[in-house]
Amino acid sequence: MSHEQDINGAEILLKALADQGVEVVFGYPGGAVLPIYDEIFKQNRLRHILVRHEQAAVHAAEGYARATGKVGCVLVTSGPGSTNAVTGLLDAMLDSTPMVCLTGQVPTSLIGNDAFQEADTTGITRPCTKHNYLVKDVNDLARVVHEAFYVAKSGRPGPVVIDLPKDVMTAKGKYVGVGKVRHKTYMPKVKGEMSAIEQAAELMAGAKKPILYFGGGVINSGNAAIDLAGKLVKMTGFPFTQTLMGLGSAPASSPQFLGMVGMHGTYEANLAMHGCDVMVCIGARFDDRVTGKTSAFSPHSKKIHIDIDPSSINKNIMVDVPIVGDVGHVLEDLIRVWKAKQLHIDEKALKSWWRTIDGWRSKDCLRYVRSKKVIKPQYAIERLYELTKAKDPIIATEVGQHQMWAAQFAKFDVARHWLTSGGLGTMGFGLPAAMGAQVAFPDKLVVNIAGESSIQMNIQELATLMQERLAVKIFIMNNQYLGMVRQWQELLHGGRYAESHMDVHPDFVKLAEAYGHKGRRVDKPADLDDAIMEMIETPGAFILDVRTDASENVFPMIPAGAAHNEMLMGPEDEAGNPSSEDGMVLV
Amino acid sequence: MTGAKHPHARRHTIAVLVDNEPGVLARVIGLFSGRGYNIESLTVAEVAARENLSRITIVTSGTAQIIEQIKAQLSRLVPVHKVVDLTTDGPAVERELALVKVASIGDKRVEALRIAGIFRAHTVDATNESFVFEIVGRSDKIDAFVNLMEPLGLVDVSRTGVVAIARGTQPL
Ligand SMILES: Cc1ncc(C[n+]2csc(CCOP(=O)(O)OP(=O)(O)O)c2C)c(N)n1
Ligand SMILES: [Mg+2]
Repeated sequence: MSHEQDINGAEILLKALADQGVEVVFGYPGGAVLPIYDEIFKQNRLRHILVRHEQAAVHAAEGYARATGKVGCVLVTSGPGSTNAVTGLLDAMLDSTPMVCLTGQVPTSLIGNDAFQEADTTGITRPCTKHNYLVKDVNDLARVVHEAFYVAKSGRPGPVVIDLPKDVMTAKGKYVGVGKVRHKTYMPKVKGEMSAIEQAAELMAGAKKPILYFGGGVINSGNAAIDLAGKLVKMTGFPFTQTLMGLGSAPASSPQFLGMVGMHGTYEANLAMHGCDVMVCIGARFDDRVTGKTSAFSPHSKKIHIDIDPSSINKNIMVDVPIVGDVGHVLEDLIRVWKAKQLHIDEKALKSWWRTIDGWRSKDCLRYVRSKKVIKPQYAIERLYELTKAKDPIIATEVGQHQMWAAQFAKFDVARHWLTSGGLGTMGFGLPAAMGAQVAFPDKLVVNIAGESSIQMNIQELATLMQERLAVKIFIMNNQYLGMVRQWQELLHGGRYAESHMDVHPDFVKLAEAYGHKGRRVDKPADLDDAIMEMIETPGAFILDVRTDASENVFPMIPAGAAHNEMLMGPEDEAGNPSSEDGMVLV
Repeated sequence: MTGAKHPHARRHTIAVLVDNEPGVLARVIGLFSGRGYNIESLTVAEVAARENLSRITIVTSGTAQIIEQIKAQLSRLVPVHKVVDLTTDGPAVERELALVKVASIGDKRVEALRIAGIFRAHTVDATNESFVFEIVGRSDKIDAFVNLMEPLGLVDVSRTGVVAIARGTQPL
């Protein structure tokens, strides 16, 4: 017999969130979740951040989760509340971000009746969540919440939706604590197969032209994995590269860092991937943005792949040594095996490999033509990076050219300081994500590097910034174009710029002021440093509208459907139309 | 690309043990349609009421790489306990049941009944002008039976899809 008193569903929910250590929830109220908001009103332990659009609540929770490593938490109402959250959920799914999203639902008696603000939320979100639940009985509620947090953060992390009918929130039931819930089926394997780890160590020791390729999985695995990744780099002396999601997984200031890999990765990283004889892929998934044409991807290498998700292995690229397990656990074993077997790298071969790489490096693939007249976008980010690096800022981005330049020119020595939408490429991600990170770290410098178009997809969050006194700095790279679309049209569609130019944009300075923030416009290279300093030194949120050269393109570029050794290095390469017919249909 | 039409594509029968909870079938089917895998047949029923387990048997086809993907994708669904490829993991028995309605008179009716006897089909319903046969066997046997009934007045077929189990002493 339990002596626990029966309490209502909304109280159970808040108790469960408290037991899960949730401190912040990003949300937006509505009819179906009023009982939950009533409970929130009665307490002051859980902080609620009132966003201005549910999509932003989800991206904010993503930003919070990525900056802290904790599970992000969202609360939205039924129907339009939950459908507005869908983009964010898929974004979190593709970037493996741990999150629990609570959605209101019409009372159980009305489900299926096309009731007011009813949506089949579990049906709609099934393919864009790691798992979802519809709670029909208040006595299942506490268990489901604990399970949801467990599922969200274990194995390969992801978003979990809990759909909460209104009558379940008002019904009385029993609370059960965290300790009593154990999952029946979901128990991801964290330890890697020892024989495979030994095989990997030996392959690495025998390598003449090795490369380490780190992805977001290193960061998701946790601090131990990040430390071990750094150790592995030092221990082996191997060159290493990172995916867009993996930036910061090992220090960018290391001389062994070749820069980012992939479509807009560096020349040296892509050619090293192409020419290596042993590739160690750690917590990355051979995404098409990384591999380019798969049939020509790194044709002469033995590939080792460490990943917690068995479905990532042999999905796009067949590998020689698959190791299913948590990056932290596997790297620990790998380093232990390396030491126990007293393995050594082939110093002589490695030296000559480095000479080859240094040759590629000397091409200085990120160079660009400087200008005294217009602000080059690359220059804008270089200056932003130089003037803020002492503060070790958290940088969020929107999606487009500015995002790629940020990835190329900002450097991250620590993890969890880079927030970007990699898998889904969601314009509108950056501002709310920056907001979520700023909630977690109120005193930290948080900058959203934005495009003038992306920023308008969640611009309403300027109000949330003011209401919550969040000092996010918004650095708009204003080229008046859907720049990345324009670039593809220039390179692949004969310069027919269909609908990629926008004649009308708001006056961003006035817009900042309309929401009570400060702002400034800058269009001369000579004024840029001063403007950046003003942005950093002005208390509160700030919009810096940087007018950049509209004609600039992101290079290097591996056109869709091309191989790593078929990179375009700059405008001079554009002429020789590189894109195959197969490539034209790729995105 | 499903890989189903690939020259190296092969038919596989996969057994999946799942928690019998709402939405679990939708999850499995959604996975197949969302990722472009092929479903030739799918059956599902509760198999252990106390443990609340259902067993799904899926017949699919694809290259070895696709089949590995299908298994890995199924395994990572949260309510999935176990995924076993009955085609590759040792010998298995496969059965399907069909109800086959044949409407005819005279010689055709006699011939239908005679062939049903050869196939050891049971007659589970009869009128003066029709039979319903129940036939159990491997899918190709049922295909053969249905083909033979075609000229003999075949009017309707209902098939269960494949169920399968490994030979020998071991559970799934
Ligand atoms: C929600 C959404 N819609 C459309 C796209 C396709 N898209 C990718 S980049 C881009 C242009 C972004 O323009 P802007 O924010 O100004 O950045 P820029 O490329 O100019 O730096 C578009 C439309 C997308 N990624 N996300
Ligand atoms: Mg733009």
